[in-house]
Amino acid sequence: MTKKITIEPVTRVEGHGKVTIHLDENNNVAQSRLHIVEFRGFERFVQGRPYWEAPVLVQRLCGICPVSHHLAAAKALDVIVGVGPNNLTPTGEKMRRLMHYGQVFQSHSLHFFHLAAADLLFGYDADPAIRNVVGIINQFPDLAVQGVMMRKFGQEIIRATAGKKIHGTGAIPGGINKHLSIEERDSFLHGADPLNIDKMISWSVDAVQLFKDYHAQHADFIDNFAHFPSNHLSIVREDGALDLYNGLLRCVDSEGNIVLDKIDNQHYHHYIEEEVKSWSYMKFPYIKSLGKEKGWYRVGPLARLNTCDFIPTPLAQKEFEIYKAYTNGKPNNMCMHTHWARLIEILHCAEMMKDLLNDPDLLKGELLAKGVKTNEGVGIIEAPRGTLFHHYAINEDDTIKMANLIVSTTNNNEPMNRSVNFVANKMMNGQKEITEAMMNAVEVSIRAYDPCLSCATHALGKMPLEVKLFDFDGNLLDLVKS
Amino acid sequence: MERVKFQIDNKDCEALYGQMLVDAARDNGVYIPTLCNMQDVKPCGSCRVCTVKVNGRYATACTTPVACGMEIESDTEEIHEIRKALIELIFAEGNHYCPTCEMSGNCELQALGYRFGMMVSRFPYQFPQREINTDCQHLIIDYNRCIRCKRCIRTIKDKKGKSYFAFINRGDKLEVTMDKEMAKTMPLKVAELAMENCPVGAILLKETAYRVPIGERRFDKKCIGSEIEETDVKVFMGELNNE
Repeated sequence: MTKKITIEPVTRVEGHGKVTIHLDENNNVAQSRLHIVEFRGFERFVQGRPYWEAPVLVQRLCGICPVSHHLAAAKALDVIVGVGPNNLTPTGEKMRRLMHYGQVFQSHSLHFFHLAAADLLFGYDADPAIRNVVGIINQFPDLAVQGVMMRKFGQEIIRATAGKKIHGTGAIPGGINKHLSIEERDSFLHGADPLNIDKMISWSVDAVQLFKDYHAQHADFIDNFAHFPSNHLSIVREDGALDLYNGLLRCVDSEGNIVLDKIDNQHYHHYIEEEVKSWSYMKFPYIKSLGKEKGWYRVGPLARLNTCDFIPTPLAQKEFEIYKAYTNGKPNNMCMHTHWARLIEILHCAEMMKDLLNDPDLLKGELLAKGVKTNEGVGIIEAPRGTLFHHYAINEDDTIKMANLIVSTTNNNEPMNRSVNFVANKMMNGQKEITEAMMNAVEVSIRAYDPCLSCATHALGKMPLEVKLFDFDGNLLDLVKS
Repeated sequence: MERVKFQIDNKDCEALYGQMLVDAARDNGVYIPTLCNMQDVKPCGSCRVCTVKVNGRYATACTTPVACGMEIESDTEEIHEIRKALIELIFAEGNHYCPTCEMSGNCELQALGYRFGMMVSRFPYQFPQREINTDCQHLIIDYNRCIRCKRCIRTIKDKKGKSYFAFINRGDKLEVTMDKEMAKTMPLKVAELAMENCPVGAILLKETAYRVPIGERRFDKKCIGSEIEETDVKVFMGELNNE
């Protein structure tokens, strides 16, 4: 008799999803799937709206990383208004960058400290009653405060650049609508402890060290949990540097061989295709030249540190070198190392924010650039969870004719399914009893990607995830949900 | 011209005979909310938001001339409730999505919603199917947000006095339309005025959205009507204008 396990809803992720695992007569995993059960349809209902509404409208996909959608849409519309990604005014580009680094900083902080840290600090098999953010507050109060304050700092940066912490209006086609005030700048640079940039850098260094210390004690778990080869994709700066805001597409395989390089954002659709499967509202993108079977790829912190050649800020570069040395310079395919990469990115964002805050262009200068209008544009940005594509075409009357969004979590759809399969096989094969810890292990593998499930299906409704276990005849044996 | 004495909420007031109540109230430092009404433009009384009680009977303050000895009730719980319900009806009747509307923060309907503490419309949303008109090179007319206040019809005219806008159909099918030929030649300055006179986000100048940052918009820091009131800003319920 076979069994079907359903984990529903998956918890401590942003979005609503479930996992189903089918076990055969010998209790070995026959099939596993991560189902995304929400549906939204943003791509359809932006059609017919004036194009300049897109950055404000589409960001409503998400309350966690709206800035990424806001900026990706604005970048696409920059192309439509004839400005392009490289011709913004210095103020326009730098204000947007500051907004973006603030966003990645706060989102990564939220993910690591609030969602993922409990699995690391307590162990994935710890009592679920303490394996959560409240447990962290009780047992590691300093760390909990650090996570909250780092997120707050990032949110304040967003408020100062976009007008509001969530769903602002700062980026407009061709630039930005405001400068940073001297008061705001001074408060970020020299604010009362801990809300100043030097403290954020110092805490970011500590966070990377926290992971390294944990890794030293739990190398077997961190290195081997959902470790499987994949392609890796992101944008990188023209000189190969990590760049979260602007760059050209690069994809490397699991050994570091270049699959795609220096691909102009406007031509992404010549290289990437999306497959639809009947059991999920989330599409499956792949590199066209490699085909559906081999063309899937990872995006996000792990992928970005595999595609870039260096990090253009000193402290993050130092950590990057240690990180790369661990795999002898080869791409890192260890799922749990995503957390390590994420923390190095937090440090990079903090350093970038400091550089920008000291830049006088934020305080004065032209906000908008102008150019010759076109009718189609693509904006690609590195959102916290990975590469985010926004593609719009407009009609003669300035209304949106077509929108295509490939969201970070969508890019990670196949890798997340592979991770689920990897962990399910490892933890559940041949086991007589399926424990909560085994099912949480499956969730841990999903959490590493920091998925934003509602955003990925463009979705409606509430978010958490559940796991179901079915027998051979399809009878429900067990159900775990938040 | 003859001056008359009257009272608003027991406050002694004085105004020119024949002046509309809403204007007379303004001159005496009393704010009576309006949506369709514009100063120095012939009133039409279409939105009913300025409803007051005149000597115990309901009337619209924008179309009622002031007379000697009138006793007006405006700042009362009963009138607030009526106005709030009227605002909710307007929200329910159209497709007003403040979170993404470029007029958010500058919209008089939204500002009145905040002023009267509206959290959600108590009336069923109609979700009408409405179009966007792009006939004018400078403007986009989004009928989803049109409240049929007739401000555009009454004020946006060419040099010969012919209106660019007009009503078509009747009842719940009533719509504002634009003369196609005139729309094509509408000067930019007229288009700018059309947007300025629209109390909501129905008439929009192309490619100028979201230029004013959050915090500097018309109603970000002050409540609608606060420029008229002698006293400090009043917020009857809820938070003022966080959107």
